[in-house]
Amino acid sequence: MLKAVNPQLNADGALQHLLTLEGLPADVIGRILDTAVPFVSIAERDVKKVPLLRGKTVFNLFFENSTRTRTTFEIAAKRLSADVINLNIGVSSTTKGETLLDTIDNLVAMNADMFVVRHGESGAPHLIAQHLSASERSHIHVINAGDGRHAHPTQGLLDLFTIRHYKKDFHGLSVAIVGDVLHSRVARSLIHGLTTLGTPEVRAIGPQTLLPTAVESLGVRVYHDMREGLAGCDVVVMLRLQSERMKGSLLPSAGEYFKHYGLTAAKLALAKPDAIVMHPGPMNRGVEIDSAVADGEHSVILPQVTFGIAVRMAVMSILAGS
Amino acid sequence: MEAALATLAAAMREGIAPDAKLVGIYSGGAWLAERLGEVLPGDHPVGYIDVSFYRDDYGKKGLRTHVETTTLPFEVGGNRIVLIDDVLFTGRSVRAAINELFDYGRPESIELAVLVDRGGRELPIEAKYVGASVSVPPERSIVLSRHLDGSLELSIEDDAGAVR
Repeated sequence: MLKAVNPQLNADGALQHLLTLEGLPADVIGRILDTAVPFVSIAERDVKKVPLLRGKTVFNLFFENSTRTRTTFEIAAKRLSADVINLNIGVSSTTKGETLLDTIDNLVAMNADMFVVRHGESGAPHLIAQHLSASERSHIHVINAGDGRHAHPTQGLLDLFTIRHYKKDFHGLSVAIVGDVLHSRVARSLIHGLTTLGTPEVRAIGPQTLLPTAVESLGVRVYHDMREGLAGCDVVVMLRLQSERMKGSLLPSAGEYFKHYGLTAAKLALAKPDAIVMHPGPMNRGVEIDSAVADGEHSVILPQVTFGIAVRMAVMSILAGS
Repeated sequence: MEAALATLAAAMREGIAPDAKLVGIYSGGAWLAERLGEVLPGDHPVGYIDVSFYRDDYGKKGLRTHVETTTLPFEVGGNRIVLIDDVLFTGRSVRAAINELFDYGRPESIELAVLVDRGGRELPIEAKYVGASVSVPPERSIVLSRHLDGSLELSIEDDAGAVR
């Protein structure tokens, strides 16, 4: 029964797949963050490679475009000495009518050891993991690289890693997440991770139209006034405003949005003096974040990218060894 | 334990190059390297290496739960390195450590110093400096532990825990 509730863990409670941070125990998250620390320094060596995944084949299955996420997964796998195959499925077999699980079965027949899956539909990586387990191929691991509005667990983990790196501990922190929380799998994953690790205060700041109706049930305090929401917080996470949100009736205009919810130096001054500013990228300068802040001394946006590789190396090496 | 350490330090004092860098293998070897760095004459910088990413039993046992960060505060390339470990048994950790060192550069030389040599080698690896040689049944392990006051202790353990 437990397996049905949390298909990410095997019978021994070890990580089998990484599908979501929701329901992932604190010790599992903690181990991933701890393991990522020694991987950060691998990137600073002459030889930026360790032999852990030598001989393993990792398939990057991107049913939805994402240059940055795909590239960081590719670098992570290569620094672990795996062979990496990138498949851009949007322009491949599925357009010829092949089903998702048929695609998977074909790649398994090519001796895949790990799938990194980005999909526009929530639950697609879950479906693949269940399919592999049901057919006794549970030695093949699945990592969710973002599915629909559901989850983006490695982004959540790298956000947690970044916060821990600069703030050391979650227990006294106030973290504000600003913007389009409604459509953001990044926000959802981060909220679950922060809550599990005992962050006392998580705030969601945005217009009513971009906050999920039941967001409070995740343990989050809601603010519609950004100045009020930023007051005294330690961490500010800005979310990307997707341009397609502007087309419907959710928002009046980019300029109007920036006026109310864009992060400027003046608004950031309301947070703690040592507050850090994060963004999952790609940024819209002048829409959700002012250039001066994005490039300013509080910004840890580029370290997030560097840490993202180490965190993905940690996830892959824990999975492949289980 | 202190006798073995004194024997090891004496052998190293005789043999190692004046500019040798010490590299302790986590965790026992790291504690020893720290101690040896203090007692050996001259200036021997100390680095620490965690071989978890290079172990040959990863495919069988997975990644260790706690991995330390390898920290080598000197160039490996062109330098004389003395690897330090607490117990030399199969030789597999030393093999992993040598591989990892080469990913930092091409050392001038690598020597091996161990507190205890218990035999049972599975690879062609021998220590140049040895504190003590002991014979222990294969199902038991020799464990170096560090107390809160910083003192080190050797014990022989089996699956049931410490026997002496």
